[in-house]
Amino acid sequence: MIRRLMLAAAVAALPVVALAGDARRDAILADYAAKARAADKGFSAFSAQRGETLFRTKWTGGDARTSSCTACHTANPRQPGQNAKTGRPIEPVAVSVNPKRFTDPATVEKQFTRDCRSVLGRDCTPLEKGDYITFMAGQ
Amino acid sequence: MRPLTFTLLATLLLLTFPARAGNDWMPPVRDATVQKECGTCHMAFQPGFLPARSWTRMMGSLSDHFGEDASLPDDKTEIIRNYLTANAGDVVNWGRAARYMQWVAPGGTPQRITENPDFLRKHRFPESVWKNPKVVTKSNCVACHSGAERGLYE
Repeated sequence: MIRRLMLAAAVAALPVVALAGDARRDAILADYAAKARAADKGFSAFSAQRGETLFRTKWTGGDARTSSCTACHTANPRQPGQNAKTGRPIEPVAVSVNPKRFTDPATVEKQFTRDCRSVLGRDCTPLEKGDYITFMAGQ
Repeated sequence: MRPLTFTLLATLLLLTFPARAGNDWMPPVRDATVQKECGTCHMAFQPGFLPARSWTRMMGSLSDHFGEDASLPDDKTEIIRNYLTANAGDVVNWGRAARYMQWVAPGGTPQRITENPDFLRKHRFPESVWKNPKVVTKSNCVACHSGAERGLYE
């Protein structure tokens, strides 16, 4: 009986855990949206399509080994990747296969800072960050 | 009598080999912050490969970490520096750590584990091995040493 109750509780908690992940991601997106609006009053919403373009564009300002996000994350973000500089395996970025993605603000900001400088040769704007997360959340 | 001798010999061998393996072992990273922050872009290398003063230098120059900006918030830098220096090669000074330390110049602050002569003498491979797409760099220990994260480099 107790086991059954525990199982029921665990099953009931599952969607809550999943939703909690979404809420944290939503909060990160809301923060980037506020910053995007502050930078441009015309900002209306993030775009998964712009995020995908950002993901697939070959840039020239950064490290030659990482001229595109796909250099490490592969052309399919649902697949695991590999750090092009160190060989370290990278977990998929697509939220559908890796729901932990974009749920910790400090980790998200740290990774954007490092990767944008490495790939684009500059910091990403809040608009670009929000677009990227929106693209990955739908992948 | 013979089977008994054999059993005794086998037991002796079994007892001897793990002991040797143990002497080759490098104490693994056990701190969660170090594992996460030092183990995202590359393997979290065991602190026993470098002396404490090397880690102090490295943790003071994260904005240019082998050409990468690996800056961290001060509180995390502090936790990591403390862990690395407390478990550094000249502190452990036993087994493989001791063998690496014997090549470090007094007062020297080497940064690349892969330049230590003890590393070099065991990694004399043709260029093709290093060019393997699974390897990418000499610091990618786990590409060949599956137990590297646990400190096993057999």
